[in-house]
Amino acid sequence: MTVSETSDVKANRLSSADYADNFSDIHPPLTPHEAIVEADRCYFCYDAPCMTACPTSIDIPLFIRNIQAGNPIGSAKTIFSENIMGGMCARVCPTETLCEEVCVREIAEGKPVKIGLLQRHATDTFMEREQPHPFTRAASTGKKIAVIGAGPAGLSCAHRLATHGHDVTVYEAREKAGGLNEYGIASYKTTNDFAQDEVEFILQIGGITIENGKALGRDVNLEQLTAEFDAVFLGLGLPGVNALGLEGETASGVVDAVDFIGVLRQAEDLSLLEVGRRIVVIGGGMTAIDAAIQSKLLGAEEVTIAYRRGQEHMNASLYEQELAQTHGVVIRHWVMPSSLHVADGSVTGITLEKTRLDAAGKLSGTGELVTLQADQVFKAIGQTPDAGPLAGLPIELEKGRIRTAADRRTSHPKIWAGGDCIIGGEDLTVVSVEDGKIAAESIHKALMA
Amino acid sequence: MADLSTNFLGIKSPNPFWLASAPPTDKAYNVERAFEAGWGGVVWKTLGEAGPPVVNVNGPRYGAIWGPDRRLLGLNNIELITDRDLEINLREIAEVKRRWPDRAMIVSIMVPCEEQSWKAILPRVEATGADGIELNFGCPHGMSERGMGAAVGQVPEYIQMVAEWCKHYSSMPVIVKLTPNITDIRYPARAAKAGGADAVSLINTISSIVSVDLDNFAPVPTIDGKGSHGGYCGPAVKPIALNMVAEIARDAETRGLPISGIGGIQTWRDAAEYIALGCGTVQVCTAAMTYGFKIVEEMTQGLSDWMDEKGYATLADFQGRAVPNVTDWQYLNLNYITKARIDQDLCIKCGRCHIACEDTSHQAITAMVDGVRHFEVMDDECVGCNLCVNVCPVDDCITMIEMTEGSDPRTGRPIDHDYANWTTHPNNPMAKQAAE
Ligand SMILES: Cc1cc2nc3c(=O)[nH]c(=O)nc-3n(C[C@H](O)[C@H](O)[C@H](O)COP(=O)(O)OP(=O)(O)OC[C@H]3O[C@@H](n4cnc5c(N)ncnc54)[C@H](O)[C@@H]3O)c2cc1C
Ligand SMILES: Cc1cc2nc3c(=O)[nH]c(=O)nc-3n(C[C@H](O)[C@H](O)[C@H](O)COP(=O)(O)O)c2cc1C
Ligand code: SF4
Ligand code: SF4
Ligand code: SF4
Repeated sequence: MTVSETSDVKANRLSSADYADNFSDIHPPLTPHEAIVEADRCYFCYDAPCMTACPTSIDIPLFIRNIQAGNPIGSAKTIFSENIMGGMCARVCPTETLCEEVCVREIAEGKPVKIGLLQRHATDTFMEREQPHPFTRAASTGKKIAVIGAGPAGLSCAHRLATHGHDVTVYEAREKAGGLNEYGIASYKTTNDFAQDEVEFILQIGGITIENGKALGRDVNLEQLTAEFDAVFLGLGLPGVNALGLEGETASGVVDAVDFIGVLRQAEDLSLLEVGRRIVVIGGGMTAIDAAIQSKLLGAEEVTIAYRRGQEHMNASLYEQELAQTHGVVIRHWVMPSSLHVADGSVTGITLEKTRLDAAGKLSGTGELVTLQADQVFKAIGQTPDAGPLAGLPIELEKGRIRTAADRRTSHPKIWAGGDCIIGGEDLTVVSVEDGKIAAESIHKALMA
Repeated sequence: MADLSTNFLGIKSPNPFWLASAPPTDKAYNVERAFEAGWGGVVWKTLGEAGPPVVNVNGPRYGAIWGPDRRLLGLNNIELITDRDLEINLREIAEVKRRWPDRAMIVSIMVPCEEQSWKAILPRVEATGADGIELNFGCPHGMSERGMGAAVGQVPEYIQMVAEWCKHYSSMPVIVKLTPNITDIRYPARAAKAGGADAVSLINTISSIVSVDLDNFAPVPTIDGKGSHGGYCGPAVKPIALNMVAEIARDAETRGLPISGIGGIQTWRDAAEYIALGCGTVQVCTAAMTYGFKIVEEMTQGLSDWMDEKGYATLADFQGRAVPNVTDWQYLNLNYITKARIDQDLCIKCGRCHIACEDTSHQAITAMVDGVRHFEVMDDECVGCNLCVNVCPVDDCITMIEMTEGSDPRTGRPIDHDYANWTTHPNNPMAKQAAE
């Protein structure tokens, strides 16, 4: 197959109505009536499996019963008491592999209680009614804690610490707080600037100062912080991105998928975003799916996800894969990038090599090649940690990720860590929130001992 | 196809489903539509005496309780008897009966508890050609405060007296409609029989406040800030009504007295239960008010299909068959031992059975076995109470199995196949006395 010599990347592929439509809420919220009817499906299980499956252990049967009893505000408080980002989690949790997967109604009828949507109903109702913040601060302890990174892990940690009466300073490299909630989550999952509303809501507790534009390793360093503060929490996320390792990777049109999504999330006017006509996304996780779907929604005509293993190996859940497919994305399994085609400094295609598992169970190329035309190639093969900012103090790492104990304490006695930047992280918002919460409790215990 | 036709006190109707005396039977327009839809008969909305008609409130008359999907479970009303002119009602009754000779036309009546009042109205009702009358001794609100309705129904002597007047001043069959707002339904039923009534119908509505509005702190329905008790009906009242029907059906003094069953009938199955407890016809109000007249199609179809399946050709084939099985507690077999059984294939592991038994009963169901969620009955703790069956969300997942062999692991006592009840139980002081 010959690859075209020109690339076709441009803005304004759609009408403005199409943009608005394409990026509207993917799961419209439940109406109050729907919520009550859905809530009644919950059996109020004993030692509920759903609750065990929620990484933050929200008392799901209780919050659903609150809704059913006409008390969505109480329901939201039940949620927030375990997960202060219950609003975002309700939008972005892959519930099909978490709480809803184990719902007994899934076993009974193949249709779990819509826990995520109910959670959203409760938390949205709470935030729309402009309730006072559900928690008050304990008496001041006089302790100061530095939190690095205002992502889900950092903010959750900061909030929990603040409720215990500690004073928290958050250093955030970016312009806005929120981490990937603000820069990573697909647009149609969190519309109407919800990420910033949620940050504001979290900060209402008081006692938390965010210093935006302050990066660890550039504006502050760990040595300083451990001297100045009683404890430090690291919620750095994974700022880097894995490289394909192919020639031509710097050509125009070869794009880091996370960057692409970040730009999209920050765009004032989606019609100004450039997107190719034919796109190939390399990867098999949530990032690959989100990049593929959103490029399709921006008007790309042919979008292919190329994944080096089989469907069952993909990190993206079956539901997410189906979501991509119903948006017209083609998923090709058992192919890996082999070479990029570049003309006039722009990518024009990619050649993939078919793969298989060899006798030893190792992935290897078969030598068989397929070439796809591509005006853009998105890299979504995993984010990487940035160990740079950690310099100065000995903190144990493994492949660049931070090692912590079960209570999220690092090998340094004054430093805790959580979220995507630690080993064993599942790269989920809800897991990061839980990490922050666990670390905060551990810090609190340590400081008050 | 089963024959659903009924002959109740000589009153024939093509099926046992009558519309109870209430708004659905308040005028010719409704009753015509009901007959077109297939109802076997109607009890015309209660007529009062001649003169200015009663006055209803001009605000809401109904309060309700609902399931989460707003399915109506119970209804209450503060409506009075018909507020239409007596003359118009009588004229319409005559016209409708003439047009629908095969349908039962019963006229409900409520006039003051004076002989003269009954003497005056009875011939006028009879002149319409109606098939029978029903005496409304049940309305618990408004009319009772004027010495009628439930005020009469709560005094057996009055019931007897009025029934006697009715038999005396008319040749129509007399049905006495009983109020449930009384401690022992057998007394008014016996009084009705003693007064010569041909049948009883029950229940009328139950005195109730369905809810309190928590914003203005008044009962619902609320009329200008105040509420009053109303009459409760609908699916929620069926258990109360069924018990009362059974009490009358098995009472030595009223056994065999024809009964028209009323209260919460929603489907053919409810009707079949009433008939099994001895009723000759059934009356429906709330279900029709909730869904419209068309539901009678489901009722007749369901009853007929069930009868075909069971091999019952006529209603008489199963009417009253449940009556002999209603007994007093003291005659229940104390040697009948059951244990709950959980079908592990059907179990969805919600744990409701466990927590109900653990928190509130006999600690007889496991939650965890070998480190996994597993719900299983421990026979040595299970008293066979059936609570788990009632809280399990899956049909037939938990069943009660009779133990017929060996000994009861809970008590260690061998299974005794002989019937033995409380009257002869060694712990019964009365039984001991008898033995002395
Ligand atoms: C494209 C994409 C889509 C995703 N979709 C979902 C989804 O649908 N559902 C889901 O559950 N999860 C999703 N995830 C994963 C989820 O977003 C992350 O697991 C979660 O955000 C991790 O939280 P965190 O707080 O550890 O890190 P982050 O959210 O990455 O936050 C880290 C913060 O630290 C800041 N920071 C980094 N370095 C420094 C420094 N040196 N100094 C100061 N600040 C610094 C960053 O600017 C950032 O604000 C997605 C991830 C991506 C990339
Ligand atoms: C609004 C309303 C008005 C009623 N009016 C009368 C009445 O005038 N006379 C009467 O005997 N019963 C009256 N009833 C009681 C019904 O006839 C019936 O006994 C009761 O509703 C129970 O039946 P159900 O559960 O099928 O509704 C009324 C019920 C309702 C809901
Ligand atoms: S936080 Fe996520 S996993 Fe937990 S209950 Fe809510 S939607 Fe489910
Ligand atoms: S498992 Fe399902 S039914 Fe049970 S408590 Fe959780 S949501 Fe409710
Ligand atoms: S209530 Fe029923 S479904 Fe639930 S655990 Fe018990 S037996 Fe299983």
